[in-house]
Amino acid sequence: MLVENAVAINIAEIREDFPILKRTVNGQPLVYFDNAATSQKPNHVLNVMDEYYRNSNANIHRGIHKLAEEATLAYEQAREKVSKFIGAKHAEEIVFVRNATEGLNLIALTWGRSNINKGDKIVLTIMEHHSNIVPWQMIAKEKGAHIEFIEIDGEGILREDQVRQKIDNTTKVVAVTHASNVLGTINAAEQIGRAAHQVGALFVLDAAQSVPHMRVNAKEIDCDFMVFSAHKMLGPTGIGVLYGKKQFLEDTPPFLGGGEMIREVHTTGATWKDIPYKFEAGTPNAAGAIGLGAAIDYLNKIGMRHVYDHELELTDYALEKMSQVGGTVIYGPKDPNRRVGVIAFNLGDIHAHDLASILDEEGIAIRSGHHCAQPLMEFLKVPATSRASFYIYNTKEEIDVLISALEKARKLFNL
Amino acid sequence: MSSDIYKDIILDYYRHPRNFGDLPDPDVRAKDSNPLCGDVIEMQLRIRDGKIDDLRFKGRGCAISQASASMLTELAKGKTLDDMKALGKGDILNMLGIDPGPTRIKCALLGLKVIKLGVYGYLGQTVTEEVKQLV
Repeated sequence: MLVENAVAINIAEIREDFPILKRTVNGQPLVYFDNAATSQKPNHVLNVMDEYYRNSNANIHRGIHKLAEEATLAYEQAREKVSKFIGAKHAEEIVFVRNATEGLNLIALTWGRSNINKGDKIVLTIMEHHSNIVPWQMIAKEKGAHIEFIEIDGEGILREDQVRQKIDNTTKVVAVTHASNVLGTINAAEQIGRAAHQVGALFVLDAAQSVPHMRVNAKEIDCDFMVFSAHKMLGPTGIGVLYGKKQFLEDTPPFLGGGEMIREVHTTGATWKDIPYKFEAGTPNAAGAIGLGAAIDYLNKIGMRHVYDHELELTDYALEKMSQVGGTVIYGPKDPNRRVGVIAFNLGDIHAHDLASILDEEGIAIRSGHHCAQPLMEFLKVPATSRASFYIYNTKEEIDVLISALEKARKLFNL
Repeated sequence: MSSDIYKDIILDYYRHPRNFGDLPDPDVRAKDSNPLCGDVIEMQLRIRDGKIDDLRFKGRGCAISQASASMLTELAKGKTLDDMKALGKGDILNMLGIDPGPTRIKCALLGLKVIKLGVYGYLGQTVTEEVKQLV
């Protein structure tokens, strides 16, 4: 599994860049395995944001003064960085939003509201995060449209037969996660996108769990819209990205109204700015966007190929070690090449919250619960799972710590 | 919190819950969940002469929530409704014999909240803020 140029990165050096990794939890060194929820932040991101507030802070796009000019430049440079990072054709295809959730709401409540009609079908998958279900339910209810879910096979892989069956001529939107935040499954986005486009449906990709961990190229995938959050990719909270093909963004009405997004306002009405500003009402989270730009610089310096390869190696190792712990049930694909570094599991009859408590005592941070994917939990017929998820700064030694803690939990529960 | 909370008695009530299931013709049913973690408890009470004559619980969730609810059914049997209204967090901690710590205390209190919802519901009284904030 070791990949040719994996030696080119030094994890010990990378760990030095993350101040939080030096702290202890309950007297133990922190083992942070909750990266699918949010990632930690390197000094570079913290410093760039600090520097922005200390030296260049101003309201962007408005003032004529020097600070406003610097702040605007930094904000627009961040947009350029995002655009290159995901292979967009034009920087104006990048809209800054609060997070992936807001991006999905924007699509459903603007494009959806103007294009979805009574009797239309919206196709989602059973492994979607609530953020890619609830906005569609809202608009489906408003419009009298209905939703169908593509199901998964025993290994957590989307059923191709259902992709073909459910995406039909009545389908207006196909909205799919690129990588599952529970199963880790990487979905065949290009293939699903082709199926959507063949019937003239909009193809929306939730890339919150993929963009942080692998090279994602929006143009190659040919999605019409794509969303992700900065905080899951070493950046700050409160900033996310909506990518939209130029034509789709231009044809979509604004989401929120207010300052920054207008061309002219009169007592009789208003006209909008061009994209992307039409969708960025109010003073934006400039420091956040700049922090995301810094996170992208940091990831680019390591190289997304290396990020992916390192996590693949960890996932392969963890899957093997965890399956040797008696009583573990691991969800999702057995082949690590079909996943991102997310492993949902259960251990005997220990409830996920009890397991999370026991691991916390050992300094290990994992997630437990339904992971904002209740329809998937119902489909799997489990009330909750534990979830370990990795990033570039995690190590095999940390996985060994997890394994001994799981053994300890087995003893505590007399398994 | 410390994993000392997983004492044998807690695990015993988790794996072999007492008073689990349905009560024939209950006078009142109450159900609630902890939105944070999805733990669910339902209580069914039979009330005679202002006392809890019999009760059952159902639910799913972590060892703390399920064991605590089951132990509470044993504690509540025969108690007056006023006793049940007076029961508080301290009584639950005494009953469990452990301190689950700040993040898990809500798991331990879910059963208490639900039984109180049942009592207030049976009496036709408004549930107090204190009860609402238990979980």
